[in-house]
Amino acid sequence: MLGNNVLGILFAYVHEERVRDLTELRVMASVPYGGRYRLVDFALSNMVNSGLNKVGIITEANYQSLMDHLGSGKAWDLSRKREGLYLLPPFGKSTSRTDGKIESLDSIRRFIKNSMEKYVILSDCDTVCNIDYREALDQHIQTGADITIIYRHGDSPDVERNTIYTLDPSGRVIEMLIHRGSERDVNYGMGMYIVEREKLLDLVESCMSRNEYDLDRDLMRVIREMKVMGYEFTGTAYQITSFSAYFDANMALMEPKIRAELFNPNRPIYTKVRDDMPAKYGLESNVSNSLIADGCVIDGEVENCVLFRGVKIGKGAKVRNCVIMQDSVIGENSRLDYVVADKNVEVEANRTLMGYQTYPVFIAKDSKV
Amino acid sequence: MLPKQEVVAMLLAGGRGSRLGVLTKNLAKPAVPFGGKYRIIDFPLSNCVNSGIETVGVLTQYQPLELNEYIGSGQPWDLDSMNAGVHILPPYEQSSGSDWYKGTANAIYQNIPFIDRYNPDYVVVLSGDHIYKMDYSKMIAFHKEHNASCTIAVYEVPMEEASRFGILNTNPDGSIYEFDEKPKVPKSNKASMGIYVFTWSKLRDYLIADEKDPNSSNDFGKNVLPTMLNAGERMFAYRFDGYWKDVGTIDSLWESNMDMLHPKAGLDLSSEDWKIYSRNPVVPPQYIAKGSKVQNSLVAEGCNVYGDLEFSILFQGVYVAPGAEVLDSIVMPGAVIEEGAKVQYAIVAENAVVGKNAVIGMRPEDMENRDDWGVAVVGPDCKIPEGTVVAPKEMVEAEEVQA
Repeated sequence: MLGNNVLGILFAYVHEERVRDLTELRVMASVPYGGRYRLVDFALSNMVNSGLNKVGIITEANYQSLMDHLGSGKAWDLSRKREGLYLLPPFGKSTSRTDGKIESLDSIRRFIKNSMEKYVILSDCDTVCNIDYREALDQHIQTGADITIIYRHGDSPDVERNTIYTLDPSGRVIEMLIHRGSERDVNYGMGMYIVEREKLLDLVESCMSRNEYDLDRDLMRVIREMKVMGYEFTGTAYQITSFSAYFDANMALMEPKIRAELFNPNRPIYTKVRDDMPAKYGLESNVSNSLIADGCVIDGEVENCVLFRGVKIGKGAKVRNCVIMQDSVIGENSRLDYVVADKNVEVEANRTLMGYQTYPVFIAKDSKV
Repeated sequence: MLPKQEVVAMLLAGGRGSRLGVLTKNLAKPAVPFGGKYRIIDFPLSNCVNSGIETVGVLTQYQPLELNEYIGSGQPWDLDSMNAGVHILPPYEQSSGSDWYKGTANAIYQNIPFIDRYNPDYVVVLSGDHIYKMDYSKMIAFHKEHNASCTIAVYEVPMEEASRFGILNTNPDGSIYEFDEKPKVPKSNKASMGIYVFTWSKLRDYLIADEKDPNSSNDFGKNVLPTMLNAGERMFAYRFDGYWKDVGTIDSLWESNMDMLHPKAGLDLSSEDWKIYSRNPVVPPQYIAKGSKVQNSLVAEGCNVYGDLEFSILFQGVYVAPGAEVLDSIVMPGAVIEEGAKVQYAIVAENAVVGKNAVIGMRPEDMENRDDWGVAVVGPDCKIPEGTVVAPKEMVEAEEVQA
């Protein structure tokens, strides 16, 4: 019941530049993942499973595929009379900044203002995890925090900008640094925040008046004035910080324990339904250690792969260590190793494509090899 | 008054399906799982939607809980529209008393007010136990073209099998002159498929008359259709020649499932232009482990396969342990096949557990006497203890095992 007093806001576009290949034609939120999902499914399902019934998704550009995926929000139970899903395309001032979260929030100020919920949970869409926000929210309320930052402890990812937090023993954030590159044994941000709605509005307004546009960075200024607390998320999480991180996050799903945690039946990850038939294995199919979605037709060899819905693997084809997205077709006797094929790719018969573990080959959407 | 609908479909889903034994003990036949992710009722419902029929009444009576839950608002079939959509129609109490549905015709009779709300020109009567893809709009066009009162879909069966079916004898123009129920010496091989198109104004009168007849058993095949024919109504046979199977028995249910594995069987589940819709489970994709062997099988999402599969159909969330073998079998949602178990020519129902090294069923070629062979069935929620042997044709129920 508590969760119903929370408004969810998702930033669909944040960190797109880290996986340019995958986000050329779509926003970060609609990057396909795990055989049948889009990244937004995790962010959205986490919110719904935590009791939120009003979620706004802020988009910037290229959001057609996201709209197509989300539809009315029915698949997440967010197509409802009271509240539900709100897609918030850019309006007002134009901005080309990649991380202008404050500006984005300012442009939806009316949406935030008109909401009735007491709290707001903000999240990016670049992390695959199954998090119960109710615990973090309880902590937020009990500690009387102004802002709660959700972080992970460990080695921070190797990216241009990491937000590193130093906490005092009570869990209060006393220092915040922006760092380049990976660092060992630190508290790094997951791009998830809990804040009271009124306070968020004040914060956005004061930042705008100072020409500050960067939520992660500009929070630095307020940690002295406000009570900023940290909440550690200890579960499994994959931040899609690079193309190889994307590849690894897909491959991690071969581990039963990880699947059990990410796809916890009590907090299921919802996605758009496609009404495919079950996967069909032919007489000469040979599949090992792979994740296969509905609608696949497999007549060849598949090893250590993630196959999305409707993928076809021809006779005699050998596909190893690959991520093959929706409706792609691999021709007879082709050999693929360490390849990420985007949607609707057609690899003709007898082709050979080889990448390497640390550098998988990418084939763009709709291409023909 | 609702906006007029030209066609209303009435789906008879109340039958017990007693020939399916333990599978329908707590489940209406149309809700029996089929083809890896579907239930039988998905076929007529999807056919309706794909044929452009927007209003469907589902007549339920026997064990309706799961069926009602499954159909829900009708959204998976796009049947949740504002002024039409799918409606569950159980028997109800009236001021004159309450009645179960006495027969197929009585079931429609009791729902005349439902049909009248839409003021339809035609009513399509369907049954909930057939696997087929059919464009009803073509049949309705045929009905209109022949200015018929009733059109019955027929399927041409091999002449030597015709004596097992309700046979329609027709004139060269396709009009019916005789109903021949399971004839010893069949005159035709046109078997009724139990799919009828009626002109509603006609059917409505005959239903009311039939209800007044105390000797009638209120059945379409036995009473209403012969009465219409005797009264000289225009009745036509509409030939259908796609894949069609009645899945009313364990053997036919098993066979029809197996047909889905054969590309030439005639029913393509993968075709985009005539999709079969179903309620989709919220589960991750299936995982096929190292060391498993999966061949010529259909596997649904959420399955974890560590053992071997051949010529089999796995529904969502099935677990096959390392060293287990599933051959020529159907394993329904949530079932578990433990280490070393062997399931062959069998149906393992929902949430059943086949214990370690248990053997379910047998290959017909391994039988001493082929006549004793049949599909073995493990009932829903049934736990087969370690090492147990379940013989071909045997049907195991949950209570039996616990005792």
